[in-house]
Amino acid sequence: MSILINKDTKVITQGITGKTGQFHTEKCIEYANGKNCFVAGVNPKKAGEKIFDVPIYASVKEAAAETGATVSVIYVPPAGAAAAIWEACEADLDLAICITEGIPVRDMLVVRNKMKQKVAAGGKETLLLGPNCPGLITPEEIKIGIMPGHIHKKGRIGVVSRSGTLTYEAVAQLTEIGLGQSSAVGIGGDPINGLKHIDVMRMFNDDPDTDAVIMIGEIGGPDEAEAAEWCRDNMKKPIVGFIAGVTAPAGKRMGHAGALISGGADTADAKLAIMEECGFKVTRDPSEMGKLLKAML
Amino acid sequence: MKIHEYQAKEVLRKFGVVTPRGIHCTSVEDAVKAAEELGGKIWVVKAQIHAGGRGKGGGVKVAKSLDEVREYASQILGMQLITHQTGPEGQKVRNLLIEEGADIQHEYYVAALTDRATQKVAMMASSEGGMDIEEVAHSTPEKIIKVFVDPLVGLTDEQANELAKGIGMPAGSMAQAVDTLKKLYSCYMETDASLAEINPLIHQGDGTVKALDAKFNFDSNALFRHPEIVAYRDLDEEDPDELEASKFDLAYISLDGNIGCLVNGAGLAMATMDTIKLFGAEPANFLDVGGGATTEKVTEAFKIMLKNPKVKGILVNIFGGIMRCDTIAEGVVTAAREVHLSVPLVVRMKGTNEDLGKKILAESGLPIIAADTMAEAATKIVEAVK
Repeated sequence: MSILINKDTKVITQGITGKTGQFHTEKCIEYANGKNCFVAGVNPKKAGEKIFDVPIYASVKEAAAETGATVSVIYVPPAGAAAAIWEACEADLDLAICITEGIPVRDMLVVRNKMKQKVAAGGKETLLLGPNCPGLITPEEIKIGIMPGHIHKKGRIGVVSRSGTLTYEAVAQLTEIGLGQSSAVGIGGDPINGLKHIDVMRMFNDDPDTDAVIMIGEIGGPDEAEAAEWCRDNMKKPIVGFIAGVTAPAGKRMGHAGALISGGADTADAKLAIMEECGFKVTRDPSEMGKLLKAML
Repeated sequence: MKIHEYQAKEVLRKFGVVTPRGIHCTSVEDAVKAAEELGGKIWVVKAQIHAGGRGKGGGVKVAKSLDEVREYASQILGMQLITHQTGPEGQKVRNLLIEEGADIQHEYYVAALTDRATQKVAMMASSEGGMDIEEVAHSTPEKIIKVFVDPLVGLTDEQANELAKGIGMPAGSMAQAVDTLKKLYSCYMETDASLAEINPLIHQGDGTVKALDAKFNFDSNALFRHPEIVAYRDLDEEDPDELEASKFDLAYISLDGNIGCLVNGAGLAMATMDTIKLFGAEPANFLDVGGGATTEKVTEAFKIMLKNPKVKGILVNIFGGIMRCDTIAEGVVTAAREVHLSVPLVVRMKGTNEDLGKKILAESGLPIIAADTMAEAATKIVEAVK
C-alpha cells in the first residue's frame, strides 16, 4: 500500500498544454503505470483535442465526469493557479496537487478559506498538496509531479518534506542503501499551503505498509513543531528528522517564500530541539538521514 | 518588497487613514522649503531608509525653528545611519520626510499580517506603541491583542472594537480608531501586503487618531498586479549583489563566512550551508540556481559569489533530477574557465547521468575536487581553504 495515491489512481492534469505541464506530463506518463493513470487534461480553449494521447476537456468537472478521475495536478501559471485549485474543489475531487511556484499569498488565503467554508457547510473535502511543491510519488506505481522517477525504489519508508531537492536527497540515500519508499511527499515551501507535516505523518502512521518515516523541515512557521507534538502522542513508527537552515539569518527569505524566521520559535535549532524531545532521531548532518533510519529498523 | 515611510503613508492616505501632513525631499534647501510650506512651529525631520530603529540611531529629530530644520536636515541627509536593522556599516540617508508636529497623548501599535497556523489575517494591537514590538512580545506578551480575520468576511466591527477597546483607546477616539483599523485591513488586503504596521498610532488632545509612522512589506509574488507599488521600489536600499542575482532569476543572500555555495533548490541550499558549518567553516552565501541550472545561470552565479572578497573556496552541490548532471558539469566547467577561477572548487553531483557529469569535470583539466556526499564535499572544501 501507500498513502494518497497508487497504481489505480486516475489523474487530471490542469495546465497540461503549457510548457511545464507538457514536459512533466510526458515524464509522468512514462513512469510505471503512468499511461493508465493520466487520463485527462484541462484547457477550455483546446477541449476535444488530445496531447500525448490524453484527451483534453473544457473543465475539471467534465474531465472527472468523463474519466472517473479523482486527483488533479496543477501546473497553471501563478496568476490563475488559485482559481485552478478552486475548480478542482468544486469538482469534488479527492486531492489536488499544486506544483505552481509563486502564487500570491492573498490568493492562497482566500482559496484555503473557501475550501474550509465548503467543508463546514457539509460539502466534500478536497485535500490540497502544495502549492510550490514537487508533488508525490508511490514508487514503481505512479508519480504525480516533477521529481526524478528513477531515484525511487518501491519499499516501506515514508518521506515527507517541504523542499523538493532535499526530498530527492533523502530518497536517493535510502535507495542507495537498499531501502525503498512507500510514498514520498513534497508539501511545498509556501507559507499558506494544504497538507502539512502533521497530516502526512498521520497518513504514514495509518499505512500498514510504511515502517518508518524521514521528516524534513526548514526554518519558518509552526508546522514541524505541531507535527512533532502530535507524533510524541500518537506515532507508532520510528522517525528521522532534519531541519534545514541552522545557518540561515533571521528576517531573510531563504528562497522559499515560507522559509523566513519570524519569531524565535521557528528557527532550525528550536525545531530540532522540539523534535528531539518528541522522540525523533534528529540529525544536523543531512548526509546521514538514510543511514540513521536504517539503524533504527 | 519594502518601501519608505513617506511612501507607506501615501498608501495609507489612499485608503483614508489620517497621517500628519508631510513632504518628501532629497536636499536641505527643499527640506526648509517644505517646512515653510507646511507652516506651524514644530517640524519633524525624518531619515528615510528601509530599516527600523531610525530614531535611536539619530535619524529622527524634532525642529522648533526653520534654522533647526536646516541644521538637522544637513546633519541627517548623507549620513550613514546605523540601526539594529542595518548592520554595522549602516545605510546612507538619501531621502528625508519633513512633517508637521503632532500632539501626542498616547502611542499605540497596530498591524496586519498573515498567520500561517490559522491561515487567516492576524490584526495585532498594543497599548505599548512607539517601541520595538518584538521587545513588547518578549517582555509583556499580555499587552498584545490579536484577532484573526477570515478573508472571506473581512475585519468585523466587533473585532475592530475589541482591538480598540483592548488597547485602551479613549471614548472620544474610539470611532476613528475602529475606522482606522478597518482601513488598515482593506489596505493590507488590496495592496497584497505581507506586513502593514502603524507604529505608533496616536490619539491627540482633540481626540483625532493619526498614523505617525508606518511600515509595509509587499508579497513579491503579487507585484505583477501592483505597478503602483513596484513604482515605489528604491534600488539604492537593496543589496547590489542580491539585486544583480535577481536579474538572472537566482536567489542569492550574502552571509559572513568564506565558503561560497551554489546549489539547486532552496532546502538543499540551506542544508548545504548547514553542512559547511557542521564541518567547521561558515557559508559566504545562500544561492539557489533553481531548477533550470543553465550554463549562463551557473556562470552568473560564479561571478556574483566571487565578487565577495571573503570567498576563499566554492562548494557546488547539485541534485540532478530533471536537469542532468552532464549538462550541469558542462556549465560548471564553462563558468570556471570564464571567470578564471582561482579559489578551490569542490563539486558534488548526484542524480541523472552522475557518472557522465563526473567524467566531464575530471577531463576538464581544471583543479576541481569531486565529492560523493554533502558531508564529504563540506570536509574537502573546509580542508582546502585552511
